[in-house]
Amino acid sequence: MCGIIGIYSKSPTIGERIGEHASRMLEQLADRGPDSAGMAVYRDPRASGSSKLSLYSPEADADWPAIGAALAGGLGVESDRVFSPRHALFVVAADADAAQAWVRRHLPALRIVSVGRTIELYKDAGAPRDVIDRFGLRSMSGSHALGHTRMATESRVTPEGSHPFSTGLDLCLVHNGSLSNHNRLRRALQREGITFQTENDSEVAAGYLTWRLRCGDTLEEALAGCLKDLDGFYTFAVGTEDGFAVLRDPIACKPAVMAETDDWVAMASEFRALAVLPGAEQATVWEPEAGRVYSWGRAIA
Amino acid sequence: MSSVIGQEQVVDLATGTVRALNAALHEAAVPGRWVVRNPGGAHNVAVGIDGAHDVVVDGHAGYYCAGMNQHATVRVRGSAGVGVAENMMSGTVVVEGNASQSAGATARGGLLRIDGDASARCAISLKGADVVVRGSVGHLSAFMAQRGRLLVCGDAGDALGDSLYEAHLYVAGTVAGLGADCIEKEVCEEHLAEIEELLAAASITDMDPRAFRRYGSARELYAFKVDDAGSYR
Repeated sequence: MCGIIGIYSKSPTIGERIGEHASRMLEQLADRGPDSAGMAVYRDPRASGSSKLSLYSPEADADWPAIGAALAGGLGVESDRVFSPRHALFVVAADADAAQAWVRRHLPALRIVSVGRTIELYKDAGAPRDVIDRFGLRSMSGSHALGHTRMATESRVTPEGSHPFSTGLDLCLVHNGSLSNHNRLRRALQREGITFQTENDSEVAAGYLTWRLRCGDTLEEALAGCLKDLDGFYTFAVGTEDGFAVLRDPIACKPAVMAETDDWVAMASEFRALAVLPGAEQATVWEPEAGRVYSWGRAIA
Repeated sequence: MSSVIGQEQVVDLATGTVRALNAALHEAAVPGRWVVRNPGGAHNVAVGIDGAHDVVVDGHAGYYCAGMNQHATVRVRGSAGVGVAENMMSGTVVVEGNASQSAGATARGGLLRIDGDASARCAISLKGADVVVRGSVGHLSAFMAQRGRLLVCGDAGDALGDSLYEAHLYVAGTVAGLGADCIEKEVCEEHLAEIEELLAAASITDMDPRAFRRYGSARELYAFKVDDAGSYR
């Protein structure tokens, strides 16, 4: 099954409580997949020369103070938050691409969950409520958020296998469905230089988008490419610095519903996740068509 | 969770459960008027009613709302999720907003009226009910529909009527594509009468019955042909 949600704030009152709204939405879908959960929150954009690193340690007891000292020496650290022995967020004094390159080179044992000016990405094994509390997501403000609650089918339940998956600077993907041609596509993408951390099919979709964007596609072109190159079932929500986009497979195998008011735009696997939003009863509610790219907030310029 | 106001039984799903609501609907000795408040997209609201109740769902409904309905009138004052009125036997189901996939799936009798759009697979495997959509329907609508009638005032998505049996399909707008064995057919007087009947049943007064085109089965796919007898030995 899996459940996905996305919310984009059109008013400050929604943005101030984006974490609470997105958390309540995700909890509504907990019984679509209680294995793992995650959320990307777009908030507090950094100025040029500053960026955010969401980091994960495959080792159970990472020495975060030592890692922080290394980052401070190499890049300069503006702030940091350690959420668990494995998860931390650092705001560093470097542009996102430079920060990413530096961490890959100097701290290769760490996994970069996301990197960008605006994105913060939190995910772990466990039910949505536990993951939300672990990272304190409820109290976060921001412009938009995407979330996922997972029922694993194609690969193991691990923190790395949970969603969202980063697809590039300030980009992430959540996926409800399963892909049939992910092994073959993963090999093809590896030849193009895309690296993978798991055997997960959704990570391949994320890698595919990363590759298409790297080749110069717009996000809309990259999503249109999915319709041709991905075999399987999917409803995707893709977060960008400015908004989010939604795409369903050409026969709409997996559910999706969208709603909009003057204050917000949101999508979810089921309406009950939208019902918790203020004014949902008066919202315009509709189902996105198969094979059509929808987007908000300049996600696709 | 529920209270009687005048002649109306009010059930609030903010405090009560769908299971209790449906049990009350099933056990009620006499048909009555019901209002379901705060449905909040809950699944299985007002499912399996067998009585001439009048039920108003005051908001958006989740999956399978009014499924298996017999005799009741169920009105959703919002949108409906997957499979609204699936396997309806009789009665009337009205969705004032949009409907998700598989609206009216396998419905055998009664009327499903959708005032907005219906998504993919509307009236899939229809077995005798009438489905009237004020807006448009998505792809693969009326897939393998056997009996009954689908009338669409807007457009139809791709593969309309794929593998169709004997259901009657009427569409006023454009059809993105016809499915296997579905063809356009002439609209004769008897069909105009059928269109008028469906429009009247759905209280639609601003559509010209002559605006609709008729689609049906070419009967090439499911009909037995004597030349193929050898395949069945």
